Amino acid sequence: MKVSLKVNGAERSGDVEPRVLLVDFLRTNLRLTGTHIGCDTSSCGACTVLIDGEPVKSCTVLAVQATGRSISTVEGLAQGGNLSPVQVGFHEEHGLQCGFCTPGMMLVGTALLERNPNPSEDDIRWAISGNICRCTGYMNIVKAIKHAAAMRDASQAAPQESHAAAAAGGE
Amino acid sequence: MAQQTQMHGRIGESIKRKEDGRFLRGKGNYLDDMELPGMLHMAILRSPHAHARVKSVDTATASAMPGVIAVVTGELMAQHKLAWMPTLSYDTQAVLATDKVRFQGQEVAAVVAESLYQAEDARDAIVVDYDVLPAVTSPQQAKEEGAALIRDDKENQKDNHIYHWEAGDQDTTKAAFAKAEKVVRLHTFYPRCHPAPLETCGCIADVNGATGKATIYMTSQAPHAIRTVFALVTGLPEQNIRIISPDIGGGFGNKVPVYPGYVVATAASLLIGRPVKWVEDRTENLISTGYARDFHMTGDLALDKNGKMLALRVHLDSDNGAFFADAQPSKFKAGLFHIVTGSYDIPTAHITADGYYTNKAPGGVAYRCSFRVTEASYLIERLVTNAAIELGMDQVELRMKNFIQPEQFPYHSATGWVYDSGDYPRAMNVALEQLGYAELRKDVEARRKKGEVTGIGIASFTEVVGAGHGADFDILGLRMFDSAELRVHPTGKALLRMGTKSQGQGHETTFAQIVTEELGIPAADVAVEEGDTDTAPYGLGTYASRSTPVAGAATAMVARKLREKGRKIAAHLLEAAEEDLEWENGRFYVKGSPDKAKTIQEIAFAAYTNIPEGMEAGLEGVHYYDPPNMTYPFGTYAVVVDVDKGTGQVKVRRVVAVDDCGVRINPMIVEGQIHGGLTEGFGIAFMELITFDAEGNCIGSNFMDYLLPTAWETPRFELGETVTPSPHHPLGAKGVGESPTVGSPAAYVNAVMDALSPYGVTNIDMPVTSDKVWAALRAGGVTE
Amino acid sequence: MFPAAFDYRAPTTLDEALSILTQHGDAAKVMAGGQSLIPLLKLRFASPELVVDIGRLPALNTIKRDDGYVTIGALARHVDVERSKELATSAPMMIEAAHWIADPLVRNRGTVVGSVCHADPAGDWGSVMLAYGADLVARSQTGERVLHADGFFEGPFTTTLRPDEVMTEIRIPVRKGRSGGAYLKLERKVGDFATVAVAVQVELDGNKIASAGIGLTAVGPHNLKATEAEKFLHGKEPSDEVIAEAARLAAGAAEPKDDLRGSAAYKKDVVRVFVQRGLRTAIGRAREVRA
Repeated sequence: MKVSLKVNGAERSGDVEPRVLLVDFLRTNLRLTGTHIGCDTSSCGACTVLIDGEPVKSCTVLAVQATGRSISTVEGLAQGGNLSPVQVGFHEEHGLQCGFCTPGMMLVGTALLERNPNPSEDDIRWAISGNICRCTGYMNIVKAIKHAAAMRDASQAAPQESHAAAAAGGE
Repeated sequence: MAQQTQMHGRIGESIKRKEDGRFLRGKGNYLDDMELPGMLHMAILRSPHAHARVKSVDTATASAMPGVIAVVTGELMAQHKLAWMPTLSYDTQAVLATDKVRFQGQEVAAVVAESLYQAEDARDAIVVDYDVLPAVTSPQQAKEEGAALIRDDKENQKDNHIYHWEAGDQDTTKAAFAKAEKVVRLHTFYPRCHPAPLETCGCIADVNGATGKATIYMTSQAPHAIRTVFALVTGLPEQNIRIISPDIGGGFGNKVPVYPGYVVATAASLLIGRPVKWVEDRTENLISTGYARDFHMTGDLALDKNGKMLALRVHLDSDNGAFFADAQPSKFKAGLFHIVTGSYDIPTAHITADGYYTNKAPGGVAYRCSFRVTEASYLIERLVTNAAIELGMDQVELRMKNFIQPEQFPYHSATGWVYDSGDYPRAMNVALEQLGYAELRKDVEARRKKGEVTGIGIASFTEVVGAGHGADFDILGLRMFDSAELRVHPTGKALLRMGTKSQGQGHETTFAQIVTEELGIPAADVAVEEGDTDTAPYGLGTYASRSTPVAGAATAMVARKLREKGRKIAAHLLEAAEEDLEWENGRFYVKGSPDKAKTIQEIAFAAYTNIPEGMEAGLEGVHYYDPPNMTYPFGTYAVVVDVDKGTGQVKVRRVVAVDDCGVRINPMIVEGQIHGGLTEGFGIAFMELITFDAEGNCIGSNFMDYLLPTAWETPRFELGETVTPSPHHPLGAKGVGESPTVGSPAAYVNAVMDALSPYGVTNIDMPVTSDKVWAALRAGGVTE
Repeated sequence: MFPAAFDYRAPTTLDEALSILTQHGDAAKVMAGGQSLIPLLKLRFASPELVVDIGRLPALNTIKRDDGYVTIGALARHVDVERSKELATSAPMMIEAAHWIADPLVRNRGTVVGSVCHADPAGDWGSVMLAYGADLVARSQTGERVLHADGFFEGPFTTTLRPDEVMTEIRIPVRKGRSGGAYLKLERKVGDFATVAVAVQVELDGNKIASAGIGLTAVGPHNLKATEAEKFLHGKEPSDEVIAEAARLAAGAAEPKDDLRGSAAYKKDVVRVFVQRGLRTAIGRAREVRA
């Protein structure tokens, strides 16, 4: 079956069996391997992507269901060379260790801040309660998202300032 | 080129992680992200039965299905002498079943196809005829008269007993118990749980017939050791085997063993001549790979009437599954369990341990356990709290009364350990202060008077890591040294390669910081590589919190070697005598004339352009470090809980965790490790469980049944620290990754026991679920 | 880990969908959010020949007030219930229940109606529908049936919905008087199915209970209605003793099994505790409503 959808703003398409999961379409057909697979019972959230801005488990969506929709994956978070506030937050607050849950966590954080620019700790923990992390104990993930909220707050207050976030891993 | 070195990233600085960049962008290079030209996909067929004879395996239909290149059976593997392989504990393990299957989920056959969907479709079409046998699902059952014999494949195996092991002194301990005024007994079960890293295990085996080289990309925490094992098992020459561990999405000990999937994929690639990828799914991971714990323990603590500990006696039965595959130093059948006297000055102890085969997956040493220290620490900390409750003493008081005191270090324990350093009362006091313990105790009393069920749990653990001194610690004979190779380039940048392998612990940052400290090159200028056995120096890998104690020491030592060569080069450049030079902040300067100096960068350049006559060019070295002793991190954890009388649900109100892991190289990374371990401890204490029914069906083989805590249940952690350096480690560092999983389960459970102590409850085995607490409350006459 | 192969149709009109179902009957499975079906397909516990994706049918994702009902359309997601201003005023217990469904990611895809039709005995919405006395509207090529929640659930994953039918909406009656509800759930962690859950909805007449609805989750072969407890409450003043007795009767209606979540005795007692707490909360909320 033909599938055509927007992924990170670009039109993408493919021809897949109806049973192909969206996560497999992203990883195998589109070679976007930043979305990960961590379980087989829709329990872990490692496969989280945004569909029309809302976080969902891409392992529990058929690729054919997503036709015509707009998908955001971790690869689309950075704009040009600049990391997004959420990405910067995760770096500054040590919100990742092995990195496997991180794309999902960052996408949930991104969607949360669009809806709720100033979330409490409880708001954040509730929002990420569908995403398992085995490494961090969640403490720094909460701090990372709060860091991003503060950054977005500051940049909204002073929109003229250039929003050049430091590129991590080579400062 | 006279520049000021910046020394940014010294020991003690919480610099941000250098490895983050690729992960933040979704460009981590995990095993399943990799694709090689011509690559095939493998799916493994597993046994639905816990114990059964394999009568026939019919692959005709499967072989003819679309996309299928090969179907591998035990029979085919046997023809290549690969149906069985050695385990890390000198036993054998089936790669693909030939005679019997011995646990539910055991590997029976494998399909190799063009796509994974095709491989799984064909796998469903393989027909296996089984004769089901009775399943043995506990050590109790395993030792019964007439119990089914599981390892009838082993020539001299007449029953299900694997090993008997002892430590300590039976006679002195017996005598001490005979005189004791008080004996407290605890029988407790530390259930089977699973490390469950978020990324499952897998490999891509690429055996190139034209070059003879076998490159195996593998989720391995110990690539060199695995390479050597592969060489011995497959007969492929070791120089032609290259194991590459890419980015790993969590290990926790799950990615140490050699799994049948790796061997089958390699054999398939060899036979077919194309790369073969095998990645297990979550069910496979939970049902067949290295589990953790499963110890039935009985501890007796002898005390005098004032609460002074006199002796400790422990017996344990270990449930080892169908093959003895514990990944632990070979001299120790029950790992380092005999650290069980813990933080206490107990004059004599006697430990006995028996291991048994059961119809379950093999493994046992995993999940941040420090080689069974989790089990030991749990037992002693639960025993001590129970003893306190029985004696009518405060849990803190009984501990303080019996702590090994600072002046007793190095401390010789009753079971032969030499603890390097510690200050247990100090860590306890820091924890109590952070908790506001005195006030909290009063508050607990006040709430109890109002009918609330609430309690405080304490655990003061001492654990042992950093394996280890080669004469005592080896895995399959490979001594547990570790290594660091450091090369400084002409422009003053460096490349550090190590025998360890990070699975998220931040090695690219932490170990660079050691180079910064010792050689003055900023951490940003030090690239750290691990995991490629062709380029990294030989090491035993990362697990059991050994990287900082062993490879970290090697890094310090090799950096110092290079610094000493640098001194000679500096002397040459400055036309001064070596002994007239001082080293500070990345430069050598002439004593009394600080402007006469050369930076490490200038020295590096000179190593290639202006080397003294007779001296070898270059600035590089390697150090293999043999630790003189283990290191002994310690701490005190305190947990406060409130219990819902109506439902038995436990809410963790506070967690205070004070850790002492000696010198902290990167405090931010250390704290991250502690958060993670406290969360795994929380899951183990309250919800994680792998269990089996009477037929040996595994319950807990997917994430609907094997419960992992989310951010919503997980408590917030309040961390504290003390620093008692290790006297024998070049940096004074001890390692920390496993301390929180070692120490916290007892703290969580002790809190619940404290809360239930008014009702006469002395033990609830983990996981402490709401129904168990409810039953204890109702039995104690408490209801809503 | 992947579904067995199946055919797939995504009709764009209800008539088209109903025609497909009439044609294929049992061999077809309707899918809305897929959050219950796709996991079953992946584990190959379900292998339908044809999956009929109703996700593209227009105008079925609404939550709106219609006379004495709030209508939940077939494609309204759990998260849409959480965000619904209409439900916040007319049926707030639904919002409380919605928070307990699975996890936030599932709530962004899964549908209320889909969940009710899936009829997992541990599913939350069934108990909510029983407590509210909701109507369930089923359409087929031959017409429309309005089913009552009470009697809809027959057994695990078994309902009176026919293979040729699509449930197009659920109608929640909006009480005219002072009413209040509560949803209580004991789950081992976020995302786990309920160990026990209870839906309570009461309507007051003066100081007496005019009507009560009590639905029980995960303690029987399907969502259960605690009919005896409901009848007991009718016309009574809600004293502590009355509430305690109703809770006891509700526990008696539960038929839980021993499993890893707990013993049957445990679950029954939690039913009792939750119905007790739920009634107190629901009555308290009803009293706050200005009639």
